[in-house]
Amino acid sequence: MIAFLTKRLMHALLVMFVISVIAFAIQGNLGDPIQQMVGQSVPESERAALRDQLGLNDPFHVQYLRFAGNALQGDFGYSYFYREPALEVIARHLPATLELVFGASLLIVLLSVPIGVFSAIKPHALLSRFFMGVSIVGISVPVFLTAIILIQIFSIGISVTLFPGSTAWGAWLNAALSTQGHMPSFGRGYELVHVMGHWDTNLASFDGLKHLVLPSIALASIMLPLFIRLIRAEMMEVLQSEYVKFARAKGIAPRRIHFLHALKNTMLPVITVGGVQIGTMVAYTILTETVFQWPGLGLMFLDAINRADIPLIVAYLMIVGVIFVVTNTLVDLIYGLVNPTVKLTGKPA
Amino acid sequence: MSTNTSSPAATPAVGRWQRLRDSYLAYSFKRDWGAQLCLAILLGLISMALLAPWLAPTDPYDLAQIDILDSELPPFWVDGSDARYTLGTDAQGRDLWSIILYGTRVSLLIGFGAVLLQALLGVVFGLMAGYLGGRVDAFLMRLADIQLSFSTLMVAIVVGAVVKATLGGAFYSDYAVLMLILIIGLAEWPQYARTVRASVLGEKRKEYVDAAKTMGLGSRRIMFRHVLPNTLTPIFVISTVQVANAIISEAALSFLGLGMPETHPSLGSLIKAGFDYLQSGSWWITLIPGAVLVVLVLSINLLGDWLRDVMNPRLYKG
Amino acid sequence: MALLEVRDLDVRFALRHGEVRALRNVNFTLDRGERLGIVGESGAGKSVAAFSLLNLIARPGFIAGGSIRFDGQELTGLGERGLRKIRGNRISMIFQDPMMTLNPVLSIGEQMVECLKAHRRISRREARAIALHKLQQVQIPSPDTRLDQYPHELSGGMRQRVIIAIALLLDPDIIIADEPTTALDVTIQAEIMALLRELCEKHNVGLVLITHDLGVVSQVTQRMLVMYAGRVIEAGPTREIINDPQHPYTQGLMNALPQMATPGSHLNQIRGSMPSLANLPSGCAFHPRCDFIDRADGSPRPACTERIPAFVDSGNCRVACHMVAEMLAREATPIKEKVQ
Repeated sequence: MIAFLTKRLMHALLVMFVISVIAFAIQGNLGDPIQQMVGQSVPESERAALRDQLGLNDPFHVQYLRFAGNALQGDFGYSYFYREPALEVIARHLPATLELVFGASLLIVLLSVPIGVFSAIKPHALLSRFFMGVSIVGISVPVFLTAIILIQIFSIGISVTLFPGSTAWGAWLNAALSTQGHMPSFGRGYELVHVMGHWDTNLASFDGLKHLVLPSIALASIMLPLFIRLIRAEMMEVLQSEYVKFARAKGIAPRRIHFLHALKNTMLPVITVGGVQIGTMVAYTILTETVFQWPGLGLMFLDAINRADIPLIVAYLMIVGVIFVVTNTLVDLIYGLVNPTVKLTGKPA
Repeated sequence: MSTNTSSPAATPAVGRWQRLRDSYLAYSFKRDWGAQLCLAILLGLISMALLAPWLAPTDPYDLAQIDILDSELPPFWVDGSDARYTLGTDAQGRDLWSIILYGTRVSLLIGFGAVLLQALLGVVFGLMAGYLGGRVDAFLMRLADIQLSFSTLMVAIVVGAVVKATLGGAFYSDYAVLMLILIIGLAEWPQYARTVRASVLGEKRKEYVDAAKTMGLGSRRIMFRHVLPNTLTPIFVISTVQVANAIISEAALSFLGLGMPETHPSLGSLIKAGFDYLQSGSWWITLIPGAVLVVLVLSINLLGDWLRDVMNPRLYKG
Repeated sequence: MALLEVRDLDVRFALRHGEVRALRNVNFTLDRGERLGIVGESGAGKSVAAFSLLNLIARPGFIAGGSIRFDGQELTGLGERGLRKIRGNRISMIFQDPMMTLNPVLSIGEQMVECLKAHRRISRREARAIALHKLQQVQIPSPDTRLDQYPHELSGGMRQRVIIAIALLLDPDIIIADEPTTALDVTIQAEIMALLRELCEKHNVGLVLITHDLGVVSQVTQRMLVMYAGRVIEAGPTREIINDPQHPYTQGLMNALPQMATPGSHLNQIRGSMPSLANLPSGCAFHPRCDFIDRADGSPRPACTERIPAFVDSGNCRVACHMVAEMLAREATPIKEKVQ
């Protein structure tokens, strides 16, 4: 376990190093900090002095080390737009994104396991085929389009006039297919409950939860089918294995075979893929937050790009990098706890 | 199959084998109406896109043909539609049908272009990693790991954002097609590299590689002439899914404003442009291009699923 | 009455292009404490026979007919719930490859305790005590630490010992062992086989041993069946069949053993290979490979290509072969004439 952890830690440090170099390169090449600080009217000699004073003429590695040192102390510079420390801006936007990710993850975990397991145990059942059909459609609809469709249906509402409204059945069908559309689709709402620091939560009020519903569904809409398909495929493979047959030969009840013997083995690759998908999830938060104007990190990042707010972009990349590395290490840790073979070899068998 | 009976003695062993597999493919295809439907839809969309200049009633890139007074007209089945515009018009008064044809063209161009680049990079790196092994392998695969752990869309967004900020918005828009092909191509090569590497490692153990070595063939020749042909099946299968992914990535980038400009829109930028008018009731500007995008991606994905079932290659998991 | 009585067992696989009959009219019995060997090449249907006893054949396989009576109870059509009470409890199984049989993510103790708890109302502690006792019986070194170990920490031989211990957990009446030593190192094979035999003898447990190894059968079992292409072709006391095989196929198997070959010459292999179950040769399924098929004039015996041979008694054995039947008839006829 120690060997395993050191290995993962080394990997994490390497990833953080790569990210910081990229972030530093972006900072060095994008925009001129002097320009941002003093404006056009200052003479060239004064600029040069300032450049020297700020260490912008130092060799690359010296500048990088200074950057990395500052970053380690949480100093990512000042946001051009917000006129406050970049880290402060990020801290203010972080809770909204985390709550969104929490909502989506809840949906994914609560739905993907039962649906995936069911459609693996009964692959020919009508319901399984239905789930598989829906999931391939789900994978094919981009997140932002899902979000737009959700807004149209549940927020704006649709009125169907496809069937003849003069007949009773037509009117009934029209009414049944039409939606009212009252779900909020913009921002987090105003009934946020303050928890601590920068953290105001959507989770503690009815209105807050209502605001969270559509964005969470949209964010979950691609991962959920992906996980359902993955769990199903892995589970079906595991159900063919000798040890599942042996468990049946021992007279073990099907429920225990499915949910202990098979599921525990199924979850190993699922956990690994889940770790990889965390990155995708972050990318999707940018899309989801853009559609719903959800004031989280993703929307902040996109705004920062459009405003060329370099320190904020750099800070976002570094923080996202930290989140990646931490969650990936956590996922590896969970994997190690579930998979007993990790202990010996330091490498999943 | 009838094709197999023609002069079997003249065809070399590899050709015959390939032909046999092709015929199995053809055989399964004939039995599967779902796959036929998907291919028909896909080919229909591709030919529509290719023939856009002839099929489209108006040229959406020609500002002279656009009248702002015609903006936000609904499609034909909704009250208040205009007979000139079958699918209605967008906020600038462009004919939606025409601009969807041209948009599909852009989306497909970027999708296929990016996958071509991915495949090229991935195959070369994958072959190198799998065949040379050692440090080259360790370096390339670690790079692939890191890039994949960020997810390809995230990499594409960051690269797109940085490139746009460096080169300036106007320049970026002018060369958007090229930029998107480069960005999506660079972001997704690890998928190919890992798949190719996995099958190279499988093939490497087989005897014909040893045989080629003992005959004194150089490693580059062995890689391209002997190992590569045997990795084609998995490459082919993941390519379908990769095209679908590339089209979605392009749409996502365009939706974020990091892709095609509205003057030269892809399906993604059409959706983005229309989204602003969703609340005012003009749902068609965003949802009709959206439907086209979904049908396009879905038919490719379903074909990919079918191919995977039929060819059953050893794919890299995860 | 025998403890286990299999009558006319018929197992089929419903494949896309029609049904394949994996077992046809398989008959045998097993008495309490008796050890029976089932022998044949791979593809003969031995494993299908073993797995169908507890209805563990995977889809698309199914039992199409016949009866399996165990201790007076009919097992075919008993249903999963009823079978579950017998599986692992009164009839247990040992699988071929110990590396694949144990669940990699559950500890040895867990996999033993769950089996006990599935069949008996006992506490975890009691179950662990029984598991420990069984591990001692299969002579695993330091059994108490094994309980908390995972399969990957044990060698193949150790794992097969654990599996034998699991098979013995509930003191079953019968153990079905499907090629229990094939996947092991040659040096360990004999050890494990001797252990299995010793334990069955000591606890009076019946054994159905599936194997392709005639040596193992002769060492361990009292009676044996020889299977070919889904049918039993010879059955009887092991010693008699080994010493004097009647069926040409059994003779071929015996001749193919390395120790039967004269040094320096080729091994006496049976020519050809096992036919596919999907299209069996007409008549006796073995006739295309049979050395005795040709009469003096070189043409095949008509009966062999036309009719499936019925069983005839030859001493204590039963053989399904036209040639043997003819020979027996020839021997018997003069006696009858004398009586008349």
